[in-house]
Amino acid sequence: MAKAILQKNSNKMNYIFIFLILISLIYATINGTMPQTIDAILKSSQKAVEISISLIGIMAFWLGIVNIAKSSGLMELFSKIIKKPLLKIFPDLKENNEALSNIALNISANALGLMNAATPFGIKAMEEMQEKNKDKSYATNSMCTFLAINTAGFQIVPAVVIAILSASGMENPTQIILPTLIVTTIAFISALFFSKLLERVFK
Amino acid sequence: MIDFLNALSIFILPIIIATILIYALYKKTPAYEDFTQGAKEGFNIAVKIIPYLVAIMVATAMLRASGAIEIAQKLLSPIFDYFKIPIETSIIMLTRSLSGSATLGVLADIINQTGVNSYATKLAAVITGSSETTFYVASVYFGSIGIKKFRHALLAGILADITGLIAAIIVCSIFFL
Repeated sequence: MAKAILQKNSNKMNYIFIFLILISLIYATINGTMPQTIDAILKSSQKAVEISISLIGIMAFWLGIVNIAKSSGLMELFSKIIKKPLLKIFPDLKENNEALSNIALNISANALGLMNAATPFGIKAMEEMQEKNKDKSYATNSMCTFLAINTAGFQIVPAVVIAILSASGMENPTQIILPTLIVTTIAFISALFFSKLLERVFK
Repeated sequence: MIDFLNALSIFILPIIIATILIYALYKKTPAYEDFTQGAKEGFNIAVKIIPYLVAIMVATAMLRASGAIEIAQKLLSPIFDYFKIPIETSIIMLTRSLSGSATLGVLADIINQTGVNSYATKLAAVITGSSETTFYVASVYFGSIGIKKFRHALLAGILADITGLIAAIIVCSIFFL
């Protein structure tokens, strides 16, 4: 979830976007629902802006809180703690301490929902791994594992989602934290499992 | 049991906030200044997602207003009903691996359509909160270092996405149904 907020839409989104709107226009013509369809454009674009604006307060609060954790060194402390278990996941990074540290920082920043901080750590980790890589166009096992667990998007507090729920008037939006944590942990573990399993197949 | 877990869910955030503040107190870092510094980013993020929310919310709202979505949902609903998955969440399952901002737009649309306290909203929120856009992460991380052969990285990511989706459906039915 996290980094994706600042992303550019991927290529596949181009087709989905065009397809959704063209289908709507064609169907509205056949079905005689063109007035409602045009009305939907006006109302929903207004709604989209209202939602975005109402996110500002909650996002500001959360990013303020996690910035305290970043400056006080709590995030680094956390990443030091997870380094040892990480070595079991990335056994070939035993000699590459820099890469492992950056992976730990990337996971810590992601866990807190610090989207802007996590990506540079992740890229740094990839660069460190690439330096030791013999074939520069070919992904190593550790690179694949790191990428796979990153796509699982492990996050302790899904801040943006909570912000949207709260902005829409849900009474206790934090009720989704635990279920989300359970699901993201399962996704994390399965990413690990699949990448370890498949690295034997894709040589 | 579920009551206890729900209560726990409510206490996770306060515990994290308290830990962060106590550690800052212990380390004697300027918490107030750090807070205000970090909070500035909140505005940027909210403003940056506007174009994505507009694009997706308009597209899905048009699809619904035109009546086209009813055909697709009629085709899919036997499967979705069988697993007790609200049909409104079908689009989010498609967008979650492709674009995070688009997924936020779909979430906002589901809230708009089914109400903020509906089961569809809760399931969609958990799906959104527990996913990262696989294709985007792959292109940024491997693109930045010039990797051409991705090997099994994407496949493992997608299989994990599918596992996560199934997990979301099961976990949400336990918590919220």
